[in-house]
Amino acid sequence: MWHFIFGNLTWAALPHEWFTIGGTAAMFLMAGAVVGWLTYARRWRWLWSEWLTSTDPKKIGVMYIIMASLMLFRGALDAAMIWLQQAMSVGASHGYLSADHFQQIFTAHGDIMVFFVTMGFLAGLLNIILPLQIGARDLAFPFLNSLGFWLYVAGAVFVNLFFVFGGEFAATGWLSLPPLSELAYSPGVGMDYWIWSLQISGLGSLIAGINFIVTILKMRAPGMTLMKMPMFVWSSLCSMVLVVSVFPILAVTIGLLWLDRFFGMHFFTSTGGGNPMMYVNLIWMWGHPEVYILVIPSFGIFSEVVSTFSQKKLFGYASQVAAAIGITLLAMLVWLHHFFTMGAGADVNAFFGIMTGVIAIPTGVQIFDWISTMYKGKIIFTQSLYWFLGFVATFTFGGVAGVLMSSPAADFQFHNSLFLVAHFHTMVIGGALFGIFSGLTYWFPKVTGFKLNERLGKTAFWFWLTGFFTAFVPLYILGFMGATRRLDHYTDPAWQPFFITAGIGLVIIAIGAAVQIAQLIVSIRQRRDNLDISGDPWNGRTLEWSTKSPPPFYNFAVIPEVKSRDAFWEMKQGGRPQPVYQDIELPKNTAMGIYVSAFVFLAGFGFVWHIIWLIVLGLGGAVTCVIIRALDEETEYTVTAAELASMENNHS
Amino acid sequence: MDQTDALRTAPASAGLALFQPKGVVATGERNLIVTAVLLMLLLVVPVVAAAFIIAYKFRAGNQRAAYDPNWDHNKFLQSLWWGLPALVILCLSVLTWRGAHDLEPSKPLQSSLPPLVVQVVALRWKWLFIYPEQKVATLNFVEFPENRPVRFELTADAPMNSFWIPQLGGQMYAMAGMVNNLYLMASQTGEFTGGAAEINGRGFSSMKFTAKAVTASDFSVWLAAAKQSPRGLPWSDYLKLTQPSENDPPAVYSWYEPGLYNKIVAQFMAPAAGSGEPQLIMPGM
Ligand code: HEM
Ligand SMILES: [Cu+2]
Repeated sequence: MWHFIFGNLTWAALPHEWFTIGGTAAMFLMAGAVVGWLTYARRWRWLWSEWLTSTDPKKIGVMYIIMASLMLFRGALDAAMIWLQQAMSVGASHGYLSADHFQQIFTAHGDIMVFFVTMGFLAGLLNIILPLQIGARDLAFPFLNSLGFWLYVAGAVFVNLFFVFGGEFAATGWLSLPPLSELAYSPGVGMDYWIWSLQISGLGSLIAGINFIVTILKMRAPGMTLMKMPMFVWSSLCSMVLVVSVFPILAVTIGLLWLDRFFGMHFFTSTGGGNPMMYVNLIWMWGHPEVYILVIPSFGIFSEVVSTFSQKKLFGYASQVAAAIGITLLAMLVWLHHFFTMGAGADVNAFFGIMTGVIAIPTGVQIFDWISTMYKGKIIFTQSLYWFLGFVATFTFGGVAGVLMSSPAADFQFHNSLFLVAHFHTMVIGGALFGIFSGLTYWFPKVTGFKLNERLGKTAFWFWLTGFFTAFVPLYILGFMGATRRLDHYTDPAWQPFFITAGIGLVIIAIGAAVQIAQLIVSIRQRRDNLDISGDPWNGRTLEWSTKSPPPFYNFAVIPEVKSRDAFWEMKQGGRPQPVYQDIELPKNTAMGIYVSAFVFLAGFGFVWHIIWLIVLGLGGAVTCVIIRALDEETEYTVTAAELASMENNHS
Repeated sequence: MDQTDALRTAPASAGLALFQPKGVVATGERNLIVTAVLLMLLLVVPVVAAAFIIAYKFRAGNQRAAYDPNWDHNKFLQSLWWGLPALVILCLSVLTWRGAHDLEPSKPLQSSLPPLVVQVVALRWKWLFIYPEQKVATLNFVEFPENRPVRFELTADAPMNSFWIPQLGGQMYAMAGMVNNLYLMASQTGEFTGGAAEINGRGFSSMKFTAKAVTASDFSVWLAAAKQSPRGLPWSDYLKLTQPSENDPPAVYSWYEPGLYNKIVAQFMAPAAGSGEPQLIMPGM
């Protein structure tokens, strides 16, 4: 009877270790504080109808960014725990974490930073900026947008749920290669939490990817041909094409792993005819494109930022488009460089090695083009541009490391070492994250109506940059010393100073992050001094700057007519026509996204704990909700021309 | 946790191990690394410098700098921007192709001596070394003559692992039911740290071993001593080794279950369709 109701869940699964009790307590305290404030301030209805059920991409975007920031905090705590252990655990000392616990922490760290932080920030920025840049009022599928967001949230809760139920996460590294991740070696629920948090949030990413692609292809303002799209739109398109191409691979791969674990099948086991190498190939067919999914949008952001603050047209637009497309296609042809050491032989290795090197060509072209954009410009050194310049310093560095490892014979020495870890942190932090920061500071006034404090932003930048080098140069050196990744203990005392230095770097980065929080608070308090009244604080070039800041919920009262690439720049030279208002249709709020994700979440919980009725209920509920939503004909409401006119005239 | 790993005599720190190669393979890899980096720096350093110089020169405050807001195209520069990186990558591709073939781990090394065969089994969490020609075996310790190629035949009876002795050469995966060959050759005597490079469970970090290169005559002396070891490794004892354990002290076995290595590999082999015969899966096929 117990098993029927609760599956494998028992009292022993409840928190009883210091980190599960701590994690559970922290989550309940945070939730309690939020609930308390909402009740005290009577904000429940406001939260529900203005935010949670909203289909306005600007609001969904803001919610993505808040969620990603929270997850960044969680991921950073993990990083601190990893570093503390490594700084302590040499020779006779074994640090403060057990090996098993340490391994769970770096696994969670990697997955959280990729799926919930970087992907979250990107989805947020794309939601807010894409429709504005292409002159659209909304995304193509507003309900799917809300659903994608809520699946992402469900995944994010799931990745923290083990604190409360089960007390363990996967201890297998962020990609959980079999046979280690199979039942034989990882019997616990931690592995199942890993599978379902990725499966659920991955579904959200796939849905979002489809939505963005259709939006870009079908909803551009009249006159905006493909070759008149801003570079950020192009790079988002490329990134989302990769999402749609490879996220299904991820879903199938970890789905098969789940079949192995749940039904005792043998896709990837070492016994019974399974083949773990198949998993390694499949997961990297997703995994390599994934790292480009993370970074390509940042390339687009830099194109916008460099051109705006050089007060000049982007150099080599066509060539940048070609480069972005080239990177996208090549990204799907290089996955094998993640396991040159599997023994595929010299010809196969050399082919994938050379393909990998070739990616550096279009990447290099983009950097050359940004430099040429600055040439003969009138450069204003805002904080957004600082992040770009920091990126040039870090990204080229990491690129050299990457191209070096693209040579199989060199990679035999770097694979699985801290050199590799340093490489990808350079790319993800110095590339993707710096780009996200650049974009967040650049578009902040568009979203909120006031600018971020420049001085604090630049201070934060310097902390991040010095912290970054202090943290990761030692890891490159440790790689040269033969240190592998993921060590919870080592014997060579000569390594310790490097681990300690890396920890100092982490502290410096943490100060940078603290300054960013201070920047946000100070900017909010001094917002009256930094108001963006015109809607165009940077003398921008693209359509988002033609709206007010913050834009009205309908974005554009009249959809703009696009004549050239820098559409708004051109309009500013010409002068705008007198607006003629017409009735417009906008999507209604819907709570269905929340309901569907809640049911999916329940099903996931059932899968983890083998609670059959919950699986049936969860899946059945989710499908039912989707059908109900699909039958709903009244998903839009009308804003009449008269209402539009009065709102427009009141504002200005 | 017990203290045996701290007490066990680990080889002295190798410093920047990758730049202190003690074997032909590691030397070749080091040379490739250095050449490739220098080649890239040739382009990267000027580019980064140019980025900062141009950013500074064209700052808004500089009244003397030219300003041309519509300059967005130049055929010559554009071809240069594609051509320069392409040129560097072309040169690198040659290095990559040659490196991949010259330093392919499964390729026999040039030597007048036949390779010494050492069969390696990655276990949880220890390394078993079998000398099929000498009929001895060792645990967490491997000894071989200098200046003679060693063919490590890698497999696992545990999660996938990666076998790595940084000062002798790069890694290679050890996977259950499969055999990967890795040729290495020490160019001088010495003790080198080797270990697991792929996460494989709780004991991953402690899964180290010492690789000792000695003169040919010392090797014969060691072999003779090994044959006198009181310990042997019958299948039943091997099965005990497959149980999880950490920091097992090095051991020498004067004999082992006949056909031990093949038996270990065959445990995982899938019967070929129809034939009922086990079939060897080679990673490269
Ligand atoms: C110039 C372009 C790049 C090249 C040539 C390159 C090359 C490589 C190679 C060869 C590896 C495998 C190393 C190994 O496991 O032995 C690797 C790993 C990795 N790279 Fe890059 N890379 C490039 C750009 C990037 C970018 C832009 C990102 C992310 C934004 C990135 C993120 C990663 C990650 C996350 C891993 C390792 C994942 C893991 O093993 O856990 N790389 N890269
Ligand atoms: Cu890759």
